Amino acid sequence: MKLDEFFVTGEPLIYAGMVSIVLVSSAVIFLLTYFKRWGWLWREWLTTVDHKKIGIMYILSALAMLFRGGMDALMMRVQLAFPDMNFLNAQHYDEIFTTHGTVMIIFMAMPFLIGLMNIIVPLQIGARDFAFPFVNALSFWSFFFGAMLFNISFVIGGSPDAGWTSYTPLAGAAMSPGPGQNFYLMGLQLSGIGTLATGINLMVTILKMRAPGMKMFQMPIFTWSTLVTCFIIVFAFPILTVALALMTIDRIFGAQFFTLTGEGLPMMWANLFWMWGHPEVYIVILPAFGIFSEVIATFARKRLFGYNAMVWSMILIAGLSFLVWVHHFFTMGAGAFVNSVFSVSTMLIAVPTGVKIFNWLATLYKSKIEFTTPMMWALAFIPSFVIGGVTGVMLGMAAADYQFHNSYFLIAHFHYVLIAGTVFACFAGLEYWYPKMFGHKLNERFGKLSFWLFVIGFHVTFFPQYFVGLDGMPRRVFTIIPEWMPLNVISTVGAFGMGLGFAVFCYNIYYSYRNSKREETGDSWNGRTLEWATPTPVPFYNFATVPHVDKYDAFLAMKEKGETTYDEDKLEPIHMPSYTGKPIIMMAILAFASFALVFEWITLAVIGLIGTLIMMVIRSFDYDEGYHVEVEEIKRIERKARRL
Amino acid sequence: MAEHSKRFPVQHIIGFVLSIVLTLLAAWAALGSDLPVKWIITGIMTLAVIQAGIQLFMFMHMTERESGGGHVPWNMMFHGFVLAAIIVAGSLFTMSFGFTHDHEDGGNHQQEEKHEEQSGH
Ligand code: HEM
Ligand SMILES: [Cu+2]
Repeated sequence: MKLDEFFVTGEPLIYAGMVSIVLVSSAVIFLLTYFKRWGWLWREWLTTVDHKKIGIMYILSALAMLFRGGMDALMMRVQLAFPDMNFLNAQHYDEIFTTHGTVMIIFMAMPFLIGLMNIIVPLQIGARDFAFPFVNALSFWSFFFGAMLFNISFVIGGSPDAGWTSYTPLAGAAMSPGPGQNFYLMGLQLSGIGTLATGINLMVTILKMRAPGMKMFQMPIFTWSTLVTCFIIVFAFPILTVALALMTIDRIFGAQFFTLTGEGLPMMWANLFWMWGHPEVYIVILPAFGIFSEVIATFARKRLFGYNAMVWSMILIAGLSFLVWVHHFFTMGAGAFVNSVFSVSTMLIAVPTGVKIFNWLATLYKSKIEFTTPMMWALAFIPSFVIGGVTGVMLGMAAADYQFHNSYFLIAHFHYVLIAGTVFACFAGLEYWYPKMFGHKLNERFGKLSFWLFVIGFHVTFFPQYFVGLDGMPRRVFTIIPEWMPLNVISTVGAFGMGLGFAVFCYNIYYSYRNSKREETGDSWNGRTLEWATPTPVPFYNFATVPHVDKYDAFLAMKEKGETTYDEDKLEPIHMPSYTGKPIIMMAILAFASFALVFEWITLAVIGLIGTLIMMVIRSFDYDEGYHVEVEEIKRIERKARRL
Repeated sequence: MAEHSKRFPVQHIIGFVLSIVLTLLAAWAALGSDLPVKWIITGIMTLAVIQAGIQLFMFMHMTERESGGGHVPWNMMFHGFVLAAIIVAGSLFTMSFGFTHDHEDGGNHQQEEKHEEQSGH
């Protein structure tokens, strides 16, 4: 293979991308060397098995991915602002919307939420780490390398261009030759390992490692949403794994599962994809529901209304989410009976969702609301998400969907649920738990500014898209006709508003780091759940003494009784896992194998796989049992943290 | 704990070797043997069931007291079976259309498709 086939050539924008990658990487390497931080990076971060640090790495990566996906979005909006724009050509536009969709769902939304779960769930249930800390590190690195593999495609080998749904036969070898589509397959496969492992890990953690006395129906609602999400992950992700593997075998080894020739079934891909894909959209919305529930209960200063109904509606949503997938391809032609069945099941899922909306409203009803930035995101979420949900039900009516399908109406629907749901929740959750993670709050003034810019920008961007969709503008077109121009211009303006909001959000992180008051107690918001019982910054073992829990809103009860998580009489040595470099090495080798497979270099791929197996064997003979933190040291750490 | 992990895991080794042997046997049956197709399919299905049994009882804690005497694994497996049923039955339900070439309404169906195509332009 010649070098100019390996690197993507001929696009000024992509050259700019290459230059910036080189510049940023050299700057990072320079800074680390200059400040002699390599050892620190390795010891404190790359080898960590601490759930809080892993969570922070997840969130940082997710913010980077949000930036990448956001830049893609802005480029698309520029191209679509006016008819006959010459900013992106058809091929480049296709590559960008594919990258945007995949990055946002797989490498932004999920890691962001998993990052928050990583940090918060063990704290909420009174655990000292995950059930399997080693596996947790492994999960992170598999996600990280999967994301890098996918992201590098635009400068090396070429991006995939068949949409985040990658429908066959378009995505098959015959119509999409070259490495592009392989990047999609291997990137998702690699990071999927991590997602599945995290699903199992968190499930075991929640089921087995709760504080003594804490019953299932006394768990904080965010923990419940995580548990339900884990069940969806564990049952849905294997479907994606198999589908990706089948398509990989098709493309690289010439099988005929999804091809037009050889009695392949191209539509079977769509079927399998959405069997995973619909549960996937609930994987990214249920944790968001959990975050909003926590935020609303905290700042309405009330017990969450209808806790049991909230939990059961999540369980119901999870079950139903496996029974509606056909609504994504009503127009495939399966016939009126099949479509009717799935039309009904789709509308059913709106019922438990509605129950949750009413519960939030009832929690707010007659409460004294404290308008902090996280609460503002939660309040903006409710009406915006209702618009998304109602238009979802419209799409769910099979007959009507023949009109709406693949138009901008659909685009508007899913951005209303994904941005107003998931993205608002990520911002709300990050701001809400920020003091727990970093020891200081984010500045409220900049927080509100970024909130208003982002929320107004969001509605200005996507509300017009419902109408331009009804005017007949299809999705995934790279150029528009004059009739669609006014609404598209508005959309583009709004998109830049959102971009500005995100920029202010990031600036706020820097500003608050320099200027915010440091937290003095662990209980920054007068919280209700156990994570606020720990001191800030949280000691690496989380809880010096694990409290006995017998109530919902456990920390509230503790505060009434004057208890803390530091009871000197009950101190015992704490057993903690050792840091290890094996997860990152193992996943780096597997990433190498995946990269080789992308270019169909079979020998190199096999070598990489053997390397991974060797790492597994080494891990199997690893008898490191961790270490104990002695009572004296706990006393020293806690006295300092609690200013005793 | 320490004692537990240092003990030589005889059962696991046996299970491991058995599962590799079964896999090789299945691969040979499919690729290398001259058996009639029906026998190959029956053969590898049987091997698969034995394989699953080995996994469940030698590795997956099906009989341990800590897992409620298998209650927890059975519970998960039940849900797994339900999901597998949804996937298979659901795919058959939604995907088995358009295979009617040699039925009476085959011609009809094709006409419908043509019709749609025309109205699309
Ligand atoms: C009230 C509940 C909901 C209903 C009834 C609903 C219904 C639908 C329907 C029928 C479609 C397919 C339309 C078409 O392709 O023509 C669709 C697409 C979509 N929905 Fe929803 N939805 C709901 C909630 C959600 C939520 C909560 C999310 C994610 C957070 C979501 C994300 C998506 C996405 C990403 C797509 C488009 C995928 C694509 O084609 O690329 N939806 N929805
Ligand atoms: Cu769906």
